[in-house]
Formats: sequence, structure tokens, C-alpha cells
Amino acid sequence: MTQPMTTPSATVGPYLAIGLTWEGGEFAVPADTPGAIWLRGTVFDGNGDPVPDAMVETWQADPDGRFDHPDDPRGAARHPGFTGFGRSHTDSGEYAICTLKPGRVPDGEGGLQAPHVDVSLFARGLLDRVVTRIYFADEAEANAEDVVLRGLPEDRRQTLLATPTDDGYRLDLHLQGDRETVFFAV
Amino acid sequence: MTGTTPGSRLDLRRYARTDVALRTPVGYADYKSTGLRAPLRTPVDLPHRLTEVTGPLLGEDRVTAADADLTKRLGGEAQGQRIIVHGRVLDSDGRPVPNTLVEVWQANAAGRYRHVVDNWPAPLDPHFDGLGRVMTDDQGRYEFTTVKPGAYPWGNHHNAWRPAHIHFSLFGRAFTQRLVTQMYFPDDPLFFQDPIFNSIPEGARHLAISRFDYERTVPDWALGFQWDIVLRGAEQTPFETEDDGDVA
Ligand SMILES: [Fe+2]
Repeated sequence: MTQPMTTPSATVGPYLAIGLTWEGGEFAVPADTPGAIWLRGTVFDGNGDPVPDAMVETWQADPDGRFDHPDDPRGAARHPGFTGFGRSHTDSGEYAICTLKPGRVPDGEGGLQAPHVDVSLFARGLLDRVVTRIYFADEAEANAEDVVLRGLPEDRRQTLLATPTDDGYRLDLHLQGDRETVFFAV
Repeated sequence: MTGTTPGSRLDLRRYARTDVALRTPVGYADYKSTGLRAPLRTPVDLPHRLTEVTGPLLGEDRVTAADADLTKRLGGEAQGQRIIVHGRVLDSDGRPVPNTLVEVWQANAAGRYRHVVDNWPAPLDPHFDGLGRVMTDDQGRYEFTTVKPGAYPWGNHHNAWRPAHIHFSLFGRAFTQRLVTQMYFPDDPLFFQDPIFNSIPEGARHLAISRFDYERTVPDWALGFQWDIVLRGAEQTPFETEDDGDVA
């Protein structure tokens, strides 16, 4: 039996905002939710210039490490108003997602992953999305045990660690250069 | 207190990885904008765990029937060749992907986008905003009515024109299945000079082109085009047989 071939990707192009503006998209929880934080950062190109026409999407577990999804075999998430999903356009280069800090998530092989957020980045000039993860610099113990982070050289690991700010965390994404973010093939 | 239990093995669905030779590369030299944007390092393999095999299930509560008709907006009717675009969203196992959000956006019949940075001298259409949203039905089918988008020039190379296309965005049911792509129309004479089309490996280009569908063409109303979209399906393990109905 021949399987159907997967449809090839294409760039979002410069006019993504027409189709992909989702009202309130940057809110994975309402802003007044107890414990709500902002994840922010700037997307930089290979010249070190901010990328003003990218889109960042985030997907993550809730503070208990559960997903609002039927394929989470442990059952549904229990945080009313929390969707786990955020979408932010980088006007002036900066993304901002209002969410809850995720809990630790089982790695499926008996261990726990450190709290993390999966990120898809789309932009003109990228023919497919690029994928990365946001981890949290103040989770040193969990990060040291994380199966993904442990697979990376120390200097590369730093590109994934968001640092605490007044209202949440900050992680810049570098598409190229010395500090090029670790991108993942999924 | 995390509420999670380490120690147990989770039996998770894993998603197939498309052969690199049939995937659009992130960067492509003839498409100039990739130069400073496409990452230069080799991406690190990320095995599929809970975060990757789940994903946002959006739309049901926000998409209305009117979102599937791009020809009736802002109190009037769009100019141009009215078309019906339809098809199925499947995974690479051939299974339909039901109840999934499909977002589309496009230029108007003259090839102009309703967007601040599109200012080439083609007219805007007061009754066309270029945005559509539909949910697939329980068979994975989608359909929307629009006008055929025009070709438009851009600055990539001398006399560069984008072939007519409609942008599509899909979620499927897992982070791994997320897809943003473009649908083309059959036999477009502009394919040869378009780096975005030609960045698709040759063996996969036909998958980005819709088919004229006389069956779905409605007399005295609209031309039909059919385009199926295939998202990544389950990874085939060596332990599974072709008809793996009751093989664990
Ligand atoms: Fe376009």
C-alpha cells in the first residue's frame, strides 16, 4: 500500500497578519489569571536586526504538567481558561505571550522533563517553520535532569533559557549568528 | 506540587518524519529573504514526547459559516472569478483529520493584498479582505468560496511574479502536524521563475497544485478546484505490519 505523501510547507510570506491574526491570540490564559506571566523576547536575523514580520506560536503544559488535549493519557488539564496555546506577531521584532508557567512533564521513559514551552516560529524568508523550546533559567535542578537539555553542549543550552523579568520571563530568538538559537527537527 | 508521576512509561503516538528529500528546506538560495533568516546550523533531532504529540485544538467556538465565503464581505460582493476550493485534510496514513481549523489568506483578483506593506499599483477591492476560516467536518472535508487570486510582482529578482496562490495554515491534532503552506493552480505559466514554488523538491511539487474540478463546478455560479492536504501520520515501526489492525 502506498501512503499519501505529506504536503510540502511554504513560507507564510509578508502578509501573514491577514490570515493569522487571532483575536486575543497572545493570551494562553486571561491576563488576570492568578499566576499569569508574560513570555517576551525579540526575534533577530543574521544581521542582528529585529524581525518585524514573524509570528511566534507556543504550546505547553499547564502548571501541573498536563495538556489540554485528549492524547494526554493522564487526562485533561484542570486550569479553567488555560488553552496552552499562544500566538504573537512580532511587530517591531518582539513577541509577547501571556500564560502560566508550565509544570514538569513526564519524558515517557520514567523521568521528568524540565518545564518548557514548545515554540514554532514562522516568517517571510523561512520556507518552513522553525521549532525551538523555551526553558526557564531559574529551574536549574529540573534543567539539569532534562533529557533534551542534557543532549546539548553547555553554550548551546544557554540559547534556550529564559531569564526572569518583572512580569515573567524573557528569551530572545536568534535565527543566525554566534548566538543562533538551538532549533529542533520534529 | 506538580501532580505528575515520574516512573511510568507512557505509550505515545509518534509521528512520521517526512523524507528530507521530499520536504521544503527552510532556506533556499534563490529566495533572497532566506539569506539572513534561515538558521545555518543543523537542527537537533527532538524525539516526540507529550508536548509534541499534543497540540492546540482550535476554532470550533470561533469560526462561523460566513468565514467560509470570502466573496461576501464588507457589505458587498468581491470582484473576480468566483471559485470553490475544497478537499480533504488527511494524515499520511490516509486517515481523515476531522474538526481541525483551516485558515486561509490570499490576494484579491488583481493580485493585491489588503495589507500596509503591499502597495503595488493594483486596485484594492472594497468587498474583499482575503481572509477565510473553516473547520474540517467529521470526514476531514473542507470547502470555501472565494475569487481566484491574481498573480503579483515582488522584488526577489528582475521581473519576479508570484504564481496565483492561496496561503493555508493547519494544526491537525498535534504540534508535530502544524503546517503552513500555499496552494497553487494547475498549469500556471509563472512556476518556472518562482523560487518559492521551486524550493519544493521536484518530486513533491505536484502536491502543492490544486486540480480543476468540473464535478464541483457549479453551473452559472463558480469553478471548482480540489486540493487535498496531507499532514504527518503515525510513525511506522518495524514491528507493525501493513494491516496492523490487531498487532500491538
Ligand atoms: Fe502570497
